[in-house]
Amino acid sequence: MPVVRVQSEDFDVGRELEALTRGRHEVGAIASFVGLVRDANDGSSVSGMTLEHYPGMTERALEEICAQAHGRWQLAETLVIHRVGPLVPGDRIVLVGVAGAHRGEAFEACEFIMDYLKTRAPFWKKEDTPEGGRWVDARESDDNAAGRWKKP
Amino acid sequence: MVTLLYFAGLRESLGCSREQVPLPSATATVSSLVEQLRSRDGRWTEAFAPGKSWRVAVNQRMADLATPVKPGDEVAFFPPVTGG
Repeated sequence: MPVVRVQSEDFDVGRELEALTRGRHEVGAIASFVGLVRDANDGSSVSGMTLEHYPGMTERALEEICAQAHGRWQLAETLVIHRVGPLVPGDRIVLVGVAGAHRGEAFEACEFIMDYLKTRAPFWKKEDTPEGGRWVDARESDDNAAGRWKKP
Repeated sequence: MVTLLYFAGLRESLGCSREQVPLPSATATVSSLVEQLRSRDGRWTEAFAPGKSWRVAVNQRMADLATPVKPGDEVAFFPPVTGG
C-alpha cells in the first residue's frame, strides 16, 4: 500500500526508509530520491521558496501515481513525502522511497514516481529572489521526462 | 451553483482563491464556464485568454474543456504544476 504524506515539517530519511520495510524480509532493494531546495534557479539567486498545494487533490494524485507504479512493477512498498509552506536552500522538499525484491524495478519505479509527480501532482513553487517573488514556470524537460514512460 | 478554486499565480493575478458561481446552463462544461469567467473584466479575460497556460480539475481530477460540470461540483483552475 502506498504511503503518501503532505506536510510542512521536515522528515528523517533514514527513519522513513527503515519504517517502510520493517519486517518485510522479501524486500531486497530500496531505491530513494530526496529533492532539496537550491540557492539559484534560472539565473537568479534564491533565498527561499514557498510551496503551495491543493489539499485533497494533491494527496489523491500522489496515491494514484504510486498505484500506477505498483501496476507497472512488482513492488513491495512505495512512499512519497512532500513538504509545503516556506522552505530555505538546503531544506528537503520531497522523499520518494520504493522497496522491492530487486534493484532494477525499484530504481525504475522511483524515477517514474518523480517524473509523474513533477508533471501531475498539484504543487506550485514561488521563489524569493533579489527581484522579488516569482512563480516557477513548468519546464518542458519535465514533460519530456514524464513522456518517456508512455506505453507504446 | 459550483465552487471555483484558484491556485498559485492564477489566484494572485485574479485576487480570488474561492468563490461560488451559478452554472451558465444545465449542460455546462468547463468550456462554457471559462467563457463566463472571461466575460467578467480585463483581469479575467487576460488570465483565461487563448494561449494562456492553465490547467483545470473537476472534483479533484484533471479535466479539460469538454468535461461536463454539474451543480455542486468543485472546479479548480491553476498553472502547470512545479512540485518536486
